[in-house]
Amino acid sequence: MKQTLTEKILSAGAGRKVKAGEVVFVNIDWALVQDGTGPLTMDVIEELGKGVTNPDRQCIFLDHASPSSKSELSDNHIKLRKASEKYSMRLFEVGEGVCHQLMAEDCVVPGDVVVGADSHTCMAGAFGAFASGYGSTDIAVAMATGKIWLKVPSAIKIVLEGELTYPTLAKDLILYLIGELGASGATYKALEFTGPGVETLSMESRLTICNMAIEAGAKNGIMPADDKVADYILEHRGVSFDFERLRADDGAEYEREIKINLSELKPQVAAPHSVDNVTTVEELQKEKIKIDQVFIGTCTGGRLEDLRDAEKITRGKTKNPNVRFIITPASKKIFLEAMREGLLDSFMETGAMIGTPGCGPCVGIQGGILGQGEACLSTANRNFKGRMGCGESFIYLASPATAAAAALSGEISSP
Amino acid sequence: MKEELRGKAFKFGENISTDLICPGKYFHLRSNIKKLAQHTLEVADPEFIKNMKPGDFVVADENFGCGSSREHAPLIIKESGVAAVLAKSFARIFFRNAINIGLNPIECDTSGISSGDELRILPEEGIVENLTKGEKIKVAPLMETMKNILEAGGLKEYVKKEQE
Repeated sequence: MKQTLTEKILSAGAGRKVKAGEVVFVNIDWALVQDGTGPLTMDVIEELGKGVTNPDRQCIFLDHASPSSKSELSDNHIKLRKASEKYSMRLFEVGEGVCHQLMAEDCVVPGDVVVGADSHTCMAGAFGAFASGYGSTDIAVAMATGKIWLKVPSAIKIVLEGELTYPTLAKDLILYLIGELGASGATYKALEFTGPGVETLSMESRLTICNMAIEAGAKNGIMPADDKVADYILEHRGVSFDFERLRADDGAEYEREIKINLSELKPQVAAPHSVDNVTTVEELQKEKIKIDQVFIGTCTGGRLEDLRDAEKITRGKTKNPNVRFIITPASKKIFLEAMREGLLDSFMETGAMIGTPGCGPCVGIQGGILGQGEACLSTANRNFKGRMGCGESFIYLASPATAAAAALSGEISSP
Repeated sequence: MKEELRGKAFKFGENISTDLICPGKYFHLRSNIKKLAQHTLEVADPEFIKNMKPGDFVVADENFGCGSSREHAPLIIKESGVAAVLAKSFARIFFRNAINIGLNPIECDTSGISSGDELRILPEEGIVENLTKGEKIKVAPLMETMKNILEAGGLKEYVKKEQE
């Protein structure tokens, strides 16, 4: 039986050869919660009274309220710190960064099964891992038993050809794809990226792409594990990790196939209030949409590559006086490196403010909440109504380059 | 979920995200489900909580519950007294969360249902009856695993039972 990459990894996790459609129990390599979903998970673990399996592979991240903006949120942090101590689980403190970025820097290796109480857990698929988001109770049971039940997904094959040309970036590719698939076009399915175009993408770009698989409803997004994955692990963890170069079998069965030529893509924008409401920047800029806030950060726009791509545009320039320009590096490591490279100096000279590593204003908790009628151009992964703290505001999603261009012009404009 | 349910429909559109159901703005209330439930579906319809009565139904189009994994979304719908959510389709994580916490997600063709319609749900028969319009709608059957979890009252209860 020829297998997709997802079927291969889940077969290893289930201890037998499985195929799409089967319901299986799979051993997990990592489970994560964050400060929004974790408290409920800890209540359930407590109630089950079984403790936690492999606690050094169960991670708690304090990233959504980073730092905390309300006493109730601080109390949740206290609760999670106590739980991590009680069960000897790994704790990533406030200010360390976004959970998915830290999982990438510190934890995941090819072939892993990663489950998390956060919908963007699927980002780790960039390692050639099966990674998927669940709710608090599912993760509590996974943490307690070391297993999760799931239906092996059928897959959509995304064949990438050509190469992205700056200022078209990874975000433009994934926005374009979500526009094609629709917000529920991949529900319950795996998005498997393949083709020569994948090799041309940096690990950081791959993370952004796999992260947003959920925005088409997918269970997971996944890419083959190649030398770039090995290089990334070596760079971030200082260890050479030897692994099988995992990929799907030739002749594996896919539900459908979509071909995208990266060389032909143009900068894209997702307009309010849905991630699949996608159009080109070229088209949308005709409408001269005024922007009140530009936000460059999160697990899909706050990595070093993103900051470099944005700074190329803002270097030596002054931001539009009507725009609040917020930069939030996705992790402390990225923050430090951006500082060493002079990127943060440069952004601040342009007129930007720099936020604490974490989710920033993406989830509407702190660090740049919008007001009534305001518009934000964000490098985040969601533009739902109410997402950034105000039901009457408008969120546009675009690449770091397009965001940088808007910081200068004060409107949606081509990078 | 064996007994029949009866209540009024509150109709919503497609892609009702977890930000519409349970906005991040109230993130700090997540440890206080009762208080958080006062904001159920607030961004989609600020009047919903005032107008609904326990036993009523949330009815939507495609992709209900898309977005974040926050289990608080189905939790507060349940806490507010909604007896079931009916939609043409559900987002994956929401569907699973709803089952896990014992809120019945009913997948069926909701296109004929309007706000205010009186509905009767016969779970055993897999039928939704629109009493106002005199229509019968077939419900998509649940996966065996999910049926077992829902019948146990949720995943926590299911796992506890398995442990015994």
